[in-house]
Parts: sequence; C-alpha cells; structure tokens
Amino acid sequence: MNVVMHQVGAPGFLHRFEGLRDRLPGGRLPWLATLRAQAAEAFRAQGFPTRRVEAWKYTDLAPVAEAGFDEPLTPMDDAMDLPPAQAGARAVFVDGRFRADLSSLDGLPFEVSSVARHLDALEGRLGALARPGEEPMAALNTMLFEDGLLLDLPEGVEGGVLELLSLATASERPSAFHPRHLIRLAKGAKLTLIETATGPEGARYLHNPVFEVEVAEGAWLTHGRLQQEAPRAFQLSTIYATVAAGGTYDNFTLNAGGRLVRNEIHVTLTGPGAACHMNGAQLLAGDQHADTTTALDHAAPSCASRQTYKTVLMGRSRGVFQGKILVRQVAQKTDGYQMNQALLLSPEAEMDSKPQLEIYADDVKCSHGATVGELDAEQVFYLRSRGIPETQARAMLVQAFLHEAVEGVTDEALRRALDAAVEGWWARQEETLAA
Amino acid sequence: MLKIEGLTATVDGKPILKGIDLEIPSGEVHAVMGPNGSGKSTLAYVLAGREGYEVTGGSATWDGHDLLSMEPEERAAAGLFLAFQYPVELPGVGNATFLRTALNAIRRARGEPELDAMQFLKLARQRMRELSMPEDMLKRSVNVGFSGGEKKRNEILQLALLRPKLAVLDETDSGLDIDALRIVADGVNAMRGPDFAALVITHYQRLLDYIVPDRVHVLMNGRIVRSGGPELAKELESEGYAAIQARAA
Ligand SMILES: Nc1ncnc2c1ncn2[C@@H]1O[C@H](COP(=O)(O)OP(=O)(O)O)[C@@H](O)[C@H]1O
Ligand SMILES: [Mg+2]
Repeated sequence: MNVVMHQVGAPGFLHRFEGLRDRLPGGRLPWLATLRAQAAEAFRAQGFPTRRVEAWKYTDLAPVAEAGFDEPLTPMDDAMDLPPAQAGARAVFVDGRFRADLSSLDGLPFEVSSVARHLDALEGRLGALARPGEEPMAALNTMLFEDGLLLDLPEGVEGGVLELLSLATASERPSAFHPRHLIRLAKGAKLTLIETATGPEGARYLHNPVFEVEVAEGAWLTHGRLQQEAPRAFQLSTIYATVAAGGTYDNFTLNAGGRLVRNEIHVTLTGPGAACHMNGAQLLAGDQHADTTTALDHAAPSCASRQTYKTVLMGRSRGVFQGKILVRQVAQKTDGYQMNQALLLSPEAEMDSKPQLEIYADDVKCSHGATVGELDAEQVFYLRSRGIPETQARAMLVQAFLHEAVEGVTDEALRRALDAAVEGWWARQEETLAA
Repeated sequence: MLKIEGLTATVDGKPILKGIDLEIPSGEVHAVMGPNGSGKSTLAYVLAGREGYEVTGGSATWDGHDLLSMEPEERAAAGLFLAFQYPVELPGVGNATFLRTALNAIRRARGEPELDAMQFLKLARQRMRELSMPEDMLKRSVNVGFSGGEKKRNEILQLALLRPKLAVLDETDSGLDIDALRIVADGVNAMRGPDFAALVITHYQRLLDYIVPDRVHVLMNGRIVRSGGPELAKELESEGYAAIQARAA
C-alpha cells in the first residue's frame, strides 16, 4: 500500500511555505520575501487560534487546524460552468487565481487587473493595512497568497457595478487558497463591488481571502459579499478598510454557505465625516457555523457608523457576532449604532454575541443592542388564520426579520442578487424540511 | 351551519369553556355577549384553532367539516374568518403583501385563479375606499403604528377581501368612535346574505344597533346562560350581567 503522509494544520502550511517560497509570485522581490517571511514567523508563533484566544472564543477552528490541505489542482479544461453574471462586468477567480479568459471586463472606465501580474509595483501598498502580527488568518494569507483582484479607481470615476466571482473547484483532497485583493478608490470615485464566493456541492476547500481597501476623500465603495460556498467548505475572510474624510465604506455580507465561516472586518474612519455601514444576514442550517466579527475604529471626529446584523438559525447551526466599536479621544461627535439580532428556528441552534464599546471621547452618540428570539407564535397563528400555510407563514416572518438589514441595501444590482440568494437559501431549507 | 355541541376547553390546564352549545344557520348573525373573562375570546380562538387552547370535549362543525381537527389555514380555506380582538403587529411584513398573500392562499384553496399585483391593488383600493381607509395603509407594516381604530378597520378590510362564509368578530367594536363603528358595521352588513353566517362577540349593546343580530346569547363563566332575540341585548344594557346571572342561577 502506498501511504503518503501529509502534514496537517499550521505545520502543513508552514511546510508548504518553506518548500514553495521562491516559487511563489514575486519570490524574487526582496520586500515581498521579507513580508512573507515575517508573516510566516507570525503564523508559526500563533498557529490556528484556539478558543483560548479572546478573539476566537466562540469559533473553534479545530476542523480547519486538523485538516490537511493541498495546493488547488485546478482542472485544465476551460469549459467551466459559471453562475449567471450579476452585473455586466465580472472578474473571475478560480481557486484564488485570476482568470482573464473567463472574465469580462471590457468597457470599464477603470482598470481591473491581477495582483500577481503587478507585484513589482505594489511595494508599500500590499500589506499597508493587513496585520499579520495580530490576525493569524492574515498571516497565513500573506505567507501564501498567489493572486488577487487589483482595483484602482481614479479620481471622480463612477465605476458602476463590478462582480468579483470566486469559484472553487472540486478535488480529491481538500485544497486551500488565499487570495489577496487590493482595492483603492481615489477622491470622489464610486463603485459597487458584488462578490460571490461559491463552489461545487461536494468540494472541500479553505478560502482565506484578505482585502485591503482604501476609500479616499468623498469616495463611496459599496461592497456586497454573497458567501455561498460549498456545504463542506471553509471560508475565513479578513477585510481591512480605511475611509478618509467624507468617504463611505458600505459593506453588506450574506453568509449562507460553507461549513465553517468567519467574516472579520476591520474598518478605520480616518477623516471627518467618514461613514461606514456594515450590514449583514447570516442564514444557517444543519451543522453550519458562521461568525461575523467587526472592529470599527472611529479615529476622526464627526464620523457615523451603522451596523445591523441578522442571523437566522436552523438545525444545529451556530452563529456568532462580535462587534467592537472604538471611539478615540479625537473622535468627538461620533454617531455609532450597532444592532445584532438572531432568530432561532430550532431548539438545537445557538447564537453567541459580544458587543464591545470602548469610548474615549465625551461628546458621542453610540448605541448598541442584541436580541435572540424565536418566531412569535401569535404572529404565525395570525397568518395561518388568514389561510396562509404554516411554512409560508414562517417564511414571511423570517423575511420580515431580515428586512431591516436588507432594506439598507439601496444598490439595485446588489439588492437583486441578495434577494435571489435569500430566496434560494429558503427554498433549499424547505426542500430539506419536506424531505 | 355552525354547530357547536358540549364544547369544553382549557387554557394552561384551567377550564375556561365549560360546555357550549350553539347553532348558527347560514344566513344568520348571532351575537355573543358577556362580561370580561367569561370566555368569549377563548371560544373565538378555539374555533380558529389557536395553539394552547385545548379542547377537552364536545364538537364544532361547519358545513359538515369537523373544524376542531383542522389546521388553522384549513379552517380559513373552508370559509372561517376571525377578526381578532387584538390584531397582531407584523413588523417588516408589508400590509399589501400580507393581504395579497392571504387572498391568494384563500383563492387557491377555492380553486380560483390568483390575483397579480395589479389586479390585487385595484380590488384592495376599492375595498379601502368603501371602508374610508387611507391608501397608505397598504404600504405600512401590518398593524404597526396603526391606531386602535385603524387596526380594527384593517381586520374588516381582510373580511371584505377574503369574503368568508363564517365570520367570528371578536370585539371589533371596542376602541371605535361612532363613525368608525358605522363603517365597520356597514362592512359586515354588506356581507350578509344566505351564504354568510357571523358570530359577533361584543361587550356592549351599541354595536348591535348597527349590526342587528338574529339571536343573542349570553356567555358567563364558560357557559351560555341565556339566549334570545335582539331584545335580549337591550335588556342586558339596562339590567346588567349580574341580574341575568342571578336569574339564570
Ligand atoms: N392565554 C391565556 N393564558 C392564561 N389564561 C387565559 C389566556 N387566555 C384567556 N385566559 C383566561 O381565560 C378566561 C377567559 O378569557 P377570555 O376568553 O379572553 O375572556 P373574554 O374574551 O370573555 O374577556 C380569563 O379568566 C382569562 O384570564
Ligand atoms: Mg376577549
């Protein structure tokens, strides 16, 4: 018998890095070699965090740490089945690598390209925001990233809608990929980026993206994320964003797929009048675990932040919300709001939430709230007494529960994509319930 | 015909209905009156199939259907409608969506084609005009931020749209001023006909000036203690429940 020993977990990734380091994209660039080596040191020191680490108290990465992952063996056939496009323009990544042949980027008023192809021009930019020393998943990403989306919107450009499709392929052994996306909007630029992450039914993989997002004065980025990974997949994503005076970073995340998912967002508001909206819906069933962790840094006066997260839990699923708002002493006139609500549709589902306010300024308006509840029996009965069948009545109330998070999505393309994703999720649950 | 025989029910293990006998032939409107806590709402909920209201004996049939063995939505499909004493608020559910979903569910059950959004709006607007309801009530979440009177009118709007064959109105008059009361009564009277029966629950005689019942029943402590014609309501008004109870005892 031919037994191949694979190292698993953190040692497996470190081993891979040692073997690959010169062959990774940009391997000959000294600044990048240094960056990767430092990240490797950070990852060696931290490994996959356990639940003893405060930031990971509610999310157990053991299923990731105990698995062995290979490089993705993307099949060479080009006739890939792509999901229907959400917008006109689309950048396609397969197993974390940019695929110009599958993308459609003609006629955009700005340039879309691949990080891997422009590494020699990215010194000082790549890694400017990410903190591998603090976030081990960012360390792993920095150590092993191969590619990512490189977006630069020049001053004043109306970028319209761009879709970022991240597709995983199925392979015999689990694979891991760590795309590094760099997005920069110059003064007054505007863009809606709709990101869809998905993979075929049986695929097992770790998708570990890191985003570094810079929103300049008066610019507006709508960043919609539709996480619909394969049922057995892991997605651990980390977003770092800075927003300058008068700019807006508007993030909406739907967590509907995957087996174990963490969506970690760090936003720093650096100039007066900057704004951040972070809204999201987590739709969980079966054995799914989804974690939304936000850290909002109010580092300038008169900034506003709004967060509304809604989690619907079925089966034995688990949801986590951790939301930290830091209001620095300079950040007078801060207006902060955070609401996190969960709807438990099964007695075995569980939700953990941890809001955290750290306020060092005195002239501040900051509120937060969290609720966990079940469907209201009286509401269900009211609908049924009008002839509406029970499953439909429950579906209406679940949609109503999500409404407050979803209604903030004003971008039409994103709203359509989101509604379709929510409906698809609900239809699958009904099938499961009916089966 | 609604036929209730020896109906007993408990809530939280506590007996509330203690043997109700009541028959309402199609074409008739019957009033059930009684003091607070006598079990009027319990009777309404038991007929509509609310969870937590446990039937411990007796029967209730509607046109031969065994109501008590049916799901709430099946009862609605069979023609039953309950106007709630306290209409339920549904934040995030638009009133128009709610009304159309309900109407189409009922139409499906009756084998009628469903209405699309345009057809529905046309019908709803017409009914709302008849009930003097402002049109923006379609856009708001169901009953959220509605005044007491608006909530009751929204119940009557549902009655007018769903056109049930058996309506149970639970204190639809409470909290209404005289104009609203007249509008609500007109809404109910418009439904009257040989294929329509109603059980009008009320605490006061006032509503019965506008919806003149064929029969009046007095419910006290879980039992119907007296039945009579419309004049019984007047008698209650002048003598009070205590006198009736004393005489019935
Ligand atoms: N959900 C409930 N839980 C406990 N007790 C209830 C409930 N509903 C009704 N009751 C009790 O049942 C009795 C009858 O109530 P109800 O039917 O609401 O009376 P009515 O409508 O005539 O005022 C009262 O004693 C009331 O306290
Ligand atoms: Mg009552």
